[in-house]
Amino acid sequence: MSIGHTLLGLLESGPRHGYDLKRAFDEKFGHDRPLHYGQVYATMSRLLKNGLVEVDGVETDGGPERKRYAITDAGITDVAAWLAQPEKPEPYLQSTLYTKVVLALLTGRDAADLLDAQRSEHLRLMRILTDRKRQGDLADQLICDHALFHLEADLRWLELTSARLGRLAEVVAP
Amino acid sequence: MTWLRDLGLGIRFAAAGGREGWARTALTAVGVGLGVAMLLVASSVPHLLEQRSLRDQAREEAAVSRTEGGVPKSETTVLRAGAATVYRGREVEGFLMRAEGSRPALPPGVTAFPAPGEMAASPALRDLLASPEGGLLKERLPYGITATIADEGLRSPGELYFYAGSDSLTPATGGHRLAAYGDDTPGTPLTPVLVVLVILICVVLLAPVAIFIATAVRFGGDRRDRRLAALRLIGTDIRTTRRIAAGEALFGSLLGLLAGLVFFLVGRRFVGHIEVWNHSAFPSDLTPAAWPAALIAVAVPLSAVLVTLVAMRSVTAEPLGVVRGSGIRRRRLWWRVLVPALGLAVLGLTGRVDEFTPVDPYPIAVGAVLVLFGLALLLPWLVEACVNLLRGGPPSWQLAVRRLQLDSGAASRAVSGIAVAVAGAVALQMLFAAMGDEFKQITGQDPARAQFHTYSETVGGDAATRTIEAFRSTEGVERVIGTVETYVTRPGKVEEGEITPTTSLSIGDCATLKELAEIGSCEEGDAFVVHPRNNKRMSDWMDETARKGKEIELNPTIDSNPGARSVRWTLPADARTVTAAPDPLGEEHWGIMATVGAVDPRTLPAARTVAQIKVDEDVKDVAEHVRNTAARIDPAMRVAALTSVTRDRQYESVQTGLRFGAVATLMLIAASMLISQMEQLRERRRLLSVLVAFGTRRVTLGWSVLWQTAVPVVISLLIATAGGLGLGAVMTWMLAKTVTRWWLFLPLAGAGGALVVAVTLLSLPLLWRLMRPDGLRTE
Amino acid sequence: MTPAGSLLEAHDLRKTYGPTPALDGASFSVHPGEVVAVMGPSGSGKSTLLHCLAGIITPDSGTVTYGGRELSAMSDAERSALRRSDFGFVFQFGQLVPELTCVENVALPLRLNGVKRKQAERTALEWMERLEVEDLAAQRPGEVSGGQGQRVAVARALAPSPKVVFADEPTGALDSLNGERVMELLTESARTAGTAVVLVTHEARVAAYADRDVVVRDGRSRDPEYAV
Repeated sequence: MSIGHTLLGLLESGPRHGYDLKRAFDEKFGHDRPLHYGQVYATMSRLLKNGLVEVDGVETDGGPERKRYAITDAGITDVAAWLAQPEKPEPYLQSTLYTKVVLALLTGRDAADLLDAQRSEHLRLMRILTDRKRQGDLADQLICDHALFHLEADLRWLELTSARLGRLAEVVAP
Repeated sequence: MTWLRDLGLGIRFAAAGGREGWARTALTAVGVGLGVAMLLVASSVPHLLEQRSLRDQAREEAAVSRTEGGVPKSETTVLRAGAATVYRGREVEGFLMRAEGSRPALPPGVTAFPAPGEMAASPALRDLLASPEGGLLKERLPYGITATIADEGLRSPGELYFYAGSDSLTPATGGHRLAAYGDDTPGTPLTPVLVVLVILICVVLLAPVAIFIATAVRFGGDRRDRRLAALRLIGTDIRTTRRIAAGEALFGSLLGLLAGLVFFLVGRRFVGHIEVWNHSAFPSDLTPAAWPAALIAVAVPLSAVLVTLVAMRSVTAEPLGVVRGSGIRRRRLWWRVLVPALGLAVLGLTGRVDEFTPVDPYPIAVGAVLVLFGLALLLPWLVEACVNLLRGGPPSWQLAVRRLQLDSGAASRAVSGIAVAVAGAVALQMLFAAMGDEFKQITGQDPARAQFHTYSETVGGDAATRTIEAFRSTEGVERVIGTVETYVTRPGKVEEGEITPTTSLSIGDCATLKELAEIGSCEEGDAFVVHPRNNKRMSDWMDETARKGKEIELNPTIDSNPGARSVRWTLPADARTVTAAPDPLGEEHWGIMATVGAVDPRTLPAARTVAQIKVDEDVKDVAEHVRNTAARIDPAMRVAALTSVTRDRQYESVQTGLRFGAVATLMLIAASMLISQMEQLRERRRLLSVLVAFGTRRVTLGWSVLWQTAVPVVISLLIATAGGLGLGAVMTWMLAKTVTRWWLFLPLAGAGGALVVAVTLLSLPLLWRLMRPDGLRTE
Repeated sequence: MTPAGSLLEAHDLRKTYGPTPALDGASFSVHPGEVVAVMGPSGSGKSTLLHCLAGIITPDSGTVTYGGRELSAMSDAERSALRRSDFGFVFQFGQLVPELTCVENVALPLRLNGVKRKQAERTALEWMERLEVEDLAAQRPGEVSGGQGQRVAVARALAPSPKVVFADEPTGALDSLNGERVMELLTESARTAGTAVVLVTHEARVAAYADRDVVVRDGRSRDPEYAV
């Protein structure tokens, strides 16, 4: 996820202080990992250097000085371009699970047990996410759903693999 | 010609729809076939009656031998005397025959004239006599069977008929001279009343058949609709699907026509073994008349297609499923009321008809038919209206009622047949009952006095005595009065316009005469003038003939027959005048009474031996014993049962027949209800399994099936009873009779109840089977 | 060894349809108020297990015990009575009686239990409110959407306050949004009422609504709670 573009996007609704930006980001997107203030500061100075934001004003009411940032026209164009650009789908071609299964087969260990254990773990996480989704708001639900669908896809792969373990063993056998 | 192609496609679907498609087509074909077979039987009735009456007339005596004064004796003439009798309620007809020459005329179906003591018998009579059942009849007909009467000499295969040879038959002993067979005078046409009855019977029995055919065409309709929906998915339009459905219906009904023909032809072979009202038919008699048969062949497939198209009007086969519009369309009342109202109006305008004036029977028939069909039209509306009023009740009731509320159409269609059959049968039975009871009132015969009356034209000197003794010693006989009777007149001319004074002469022994009048002392050779009690005018009229010491003419035909020989007898001057006494049978006799010593019965030119017999009806086969005795005395003796039993039995048999016909149609309807019920259950297989999973009791679902059948049937029986009673009352009034029995609908209502129970019971095994949890398995 | 305090438990169930075994030594247990998902690929014997647990069919061998009573020792009538009073059911489709209105459908199990019509319909309406389908009370099942119909079915399963609700692919015929809503309402209502749920599904996201899951494969179950 591009933090720069996200912060730029948040600035489009009006100028904000750096701390405001961090709070807004955490609230909307940072469920699991809140931003460090340093990260905000570093990003903003990069954007400033590239001319995508400008300093709107500085406040010093008693404390340390706080810059207010505003987005520039170039910044708006940059956000628009980013949003219009489709994300490249993850190819998921390098799978640790696949590697584990093949290794288990090669070393004569029980691959089915491995898959079952993984299945249980996946489902456990799904239950947690489902529970959170039930208590959360719409944003929570959407984020959890995103994760749930991915986990479900993994689970389907696990099911399919356990159904084909026999054939896979023949193929990978030395 | 796309529509031809679509029809063909439908036919292919019906023929090649796999096992399920065949099952549906076969169901329709069998249903339609049953209906068609019944229609073919009905259309054969005119031919059947015609053939019967032709054969009947062919064995009647030819008109030529019925000329005034009779035919002269010749080489071909035959003397014959009717010897019809009744055996255990079945009529046995036959003749005693004596050839007068060497080439006697032969009746149809007989190849050789029966020798004395021998007889030609019909196959049915031959079999009856050979069986233990016919033991008593064998005593009455002790002739050796030397020939069998062929089919052309018989009215029906089951007829009991014989020609027995005699060597003693003379014109004097009742023998009638006959020169040839074959009566070609036209028969009397049916009376208007009878025509109306016949038309009504046809409507009552055939309308349900038509309704049944219409129902049969719809068998498996739901499955068909789903298939059509699948066709819509691959791009056929609505009109094409309709034509395809029409093609399917056409195919099913054509197969049904074929099946009907097969049922008819096969059934016809067994028709000789089936007796209805003492009648049966030869297979060849059952030949459908040309135009009704053609009508059936055209109308059945045509109506199948029409019914299908009408049925599809409320169903839209959409690509993704079947949409039913029937729930939304409310049935309208006004035009449904119009039809029966019109019928009643027609009947009312026709007014009263009596039994003899020729009237146009058609308005009556049309009126009655309109009323009956009006009831069938009224029924769907009424079922809907009633069902919508029903509320509450236990879950089984709720399930049934809600089901009917959602779609009462199928139920109403099936029961509309019941409405027509029951209403018609009730009306007809009321009519028959009114006519039958009236007949009884006319005869006024009291079987409590004497049950049998016999008379014989064989008169010997001891005829009366012998007859009495023979009957008295017969098993089961309680009392017998036997006399030789004739009419006597005053000799000499009477003035123009006057009536020749006439009275009766009864000859018997003293003992018998004492039972008939208050004679007091009696010796052989005595004669009496017996006056009725309390009837001066009759006494005076008698005395004009019975003049003591004067001659009396003993030949009653002296005035009408110029060639007749006069036989005179003088009433002794010392004959006493006495008063009649009620005989042991409760009847009064008057006229001249004489002992055998006074008048020798053998001198009487035309006299009859008459006996009245009272029997103990609890004695088994008492009637057969009496008839056997009579046959022993004189094979040509007539035995009449004085009770109105014979005539009553006729009405009874018509009523029974009608009841059986109505029950048969009810069964036909039950069959179609059963099939729809089973179809519906099978459709709901999954739902039933779900209900079982819930823990629904079998009883609950069983009751629900019962209610679902019972509610429409009960409604239809109610409207049928009301309509039938109304129609019956109106028609009874029109025929100037009074309604005598209002309760005749009860057996039919009972049959309706039995139908509900039967349909429910027969669908229970399937219900039980479908209630197994297999229906829940989706994998 | 059986898990302590379980409400319904099955031990070593075997059931054969024709030549193929549908269940081949399956064991299972559910505690009061617990939501358990039974998972497995199609044809694994999930539904057969559910039918055995609910006493709809009897296994060829093995035991099903409910509240200390052995189900296979009970007569058909007794098991029917048990299903009426203690169990509720939700199926994939075709389960509502088409000619009854929705509220009558929900009231039906109560009425089969002998509850008076008015009382039954009042209770039914309360449950329909909880499942947010009270507006459909007077409609017939043919006139409501799949998701609504399924919610009516859930209301019907819960209305008699059963101890266990058996749900066989309750979301199988629904899109994911409707399916999730049905699952949310089902599990929430069941948890509130303390009703145990046996949930048969092949979808992981549906199974994730349960407290734990049991996998059935080739007629054998792997219930971690149940040490075989």
